[in-house]
Amino acid sequence: MSQVAKELMALTGNEAAAYAMRQINPDVVAAYPITPQTELMQTFAQYVADGLVDTELVTVESEHSAMSACVGAAAAGARTMTATSSQGLALMWEVLYIASGLRLPIVMCVINRALSAPINIHGDHSDAMGARDSGWIQLFCENAQEVYDNVLQAVRIAEEVFLPVMVNYDGFIISHGVEVVETLPKEVVQAFVGERKTPYKLLDVEHPITVGALDLQDYYMEHKRAQSEAMRTAMPTILKIGEDFEKLTGRRYEAIETYRLDDAELAIVALGSTCGTAKDAIDELRDEGLKAGLLKIRVFRPFPWKYIQTALRGKKAVAVMDRAEGMSAVGGPVFHEVRSCLYDLGDRPPIVNYIYGLGGRDVSIEDIKKVFNELVPIAETGKVEDFYRYLGVRE
Amino acid sequence: MKLTDRLHSWKELPIGGIIPEGGTSRAYKTGTWRTGKKPVWHPERCIQCLFCWIYCPDDAILVTEDGKRADFDYDYCKGCGICARECPAKPEKAIEMVDELR
Ligand code: SF4
Ligand code: SF4
Repeated sequence: MSQVAKELMALTGNEAAAYAMRQINPDVVAAYPITPQTELMQTFAQYVADGLVDTELVTVESEHSAMSACVGAAAAGARTMTATSSQGLALMWEVLYIASGLRLPIVMCVINRALSAPINIHGDHSDAMGARDSGWIQLFCENAQEVYDNVLQAVRIAEEVFLPVMVNYDGFIISHGVEVVETLPKEVVQAFVGERKTPYKLLDVEHPITVGALDLQDYYMEHKRAQSEAMRTAMPTILKIGEDFEKLTGRRYEAIETYRLDDAELAIVALGSTCGTAKDAIDELRDEGLKAGLLKIRVFRPFPWKYIQTALRGKKAVAVMDRAEGMSAVGGPVFHEVRSCLYDLGDRPPIVNYIYGLGGRDVSIEDIKKVFNELVPIAETGKVEDFYRYLGVRE
Repeated sequence: MKLTDRLHSWKELPIGGIIPEGGTSRAYKTGTWRTGKKPVWHPERCIQCLFCWIYCPDDAILVTEDGKRADFDYDYCKGCGICARECPAKPEKAIEMVDELR
């Protein structure tokens, strides 16, 4: 356990992210405002204006430019951060792939919000799920504390794996909810993140290099294979950094978190703030005698299939919660991947998918209990009639 | 490591597709892109105006130390024909595009 002095602060999720960034003191931040991210950058801009950080804050004219500026800064060796939401992430699309393909350790908070149309500013995972194949490491946070903690860890993850990292947290539910957050002293944060080390120097004129060269049939595939290797081998580094963080704070960070799952018969799989609601629902159901448990995915990219497979082995029924409509006509993105990783189990649990919480639609303890109660007959019969379901929609 | 000596495996490549040395475009013989036609220089018709050298988008017109037009550098000439079009020599141009089978 920790020997360092901690401070308790009342912070919104956005303020927790901004405070973490202040303590990290990145070299460059390039950002454009968008709801619900705006409060984060507004808070950070105040730190810049007050001289509390040394950061070069580049106020660009769009998110496409924000990510482009981040690519340039990170390639030059700067510790680089940004943040966005929803349409902003969508506008960054092509540059996301450039950041990951060039193996640039950019850290970006994504304050998850629905995508238009219809226009909606509230929390769901449509933005992040659309970027799941962009080669970014993706972490999901349950509350403001995890926002602070994951932002600090993300800097090291990015710089040790040489891949960009998205720290995702639910718009408004986490970004604008005030919670008590335990923070570390700045010196401790500085020691934890350390100095950024770069494998090359873009600005060394004595040793010129090319970044972003044309790459045709003869080499593109080798470069993608190498990038894939970085993602495939990232998990031990992510876990090691989680252990280092636990030594400082006593808070444990792994690929997944389980809650009363070991002896559970019925399990739900979720990401983000819903996990907190699910924990309360599970406590109530346990009191009522139902063996309910939660599997929370913290690291969505790289996808922790081995951990999920082990944690769900032997369950009688599983529900996967998707806060994004994948529009694949056969369920949401988290469902597909969770179901796929159970394929190799000899004795596969029956599994259903719930699309829920789109556009910030509230999800209550009662909603989660309803999901568990619907798992009961599935567990009894071992049969799934309709696996592609909606939770909390008017029929 | 010389990146240009052979085709390398994915395990050997510098991170992020960077090219860790300068001037590597010399190793990229863009002349192999030429299809159908190639320019041929007729020095006896040439008036040494160097228009071709100015217009060539690929630096494929060689010029001697003392500033005289020399032959084409076919390693980099893509066969676009701009030089032949712009050549002002009369009555016949000093550059002719001829069929080339590759
Ligand atoms: S054909 Fe085109 S590329 Fe070749 S020498 Fe003439 S101008 Fe240059
Ligand atoms: S443009 Fe024609 S005349 Fe002028 S230098 Fe070139 S080949 Fe000679």
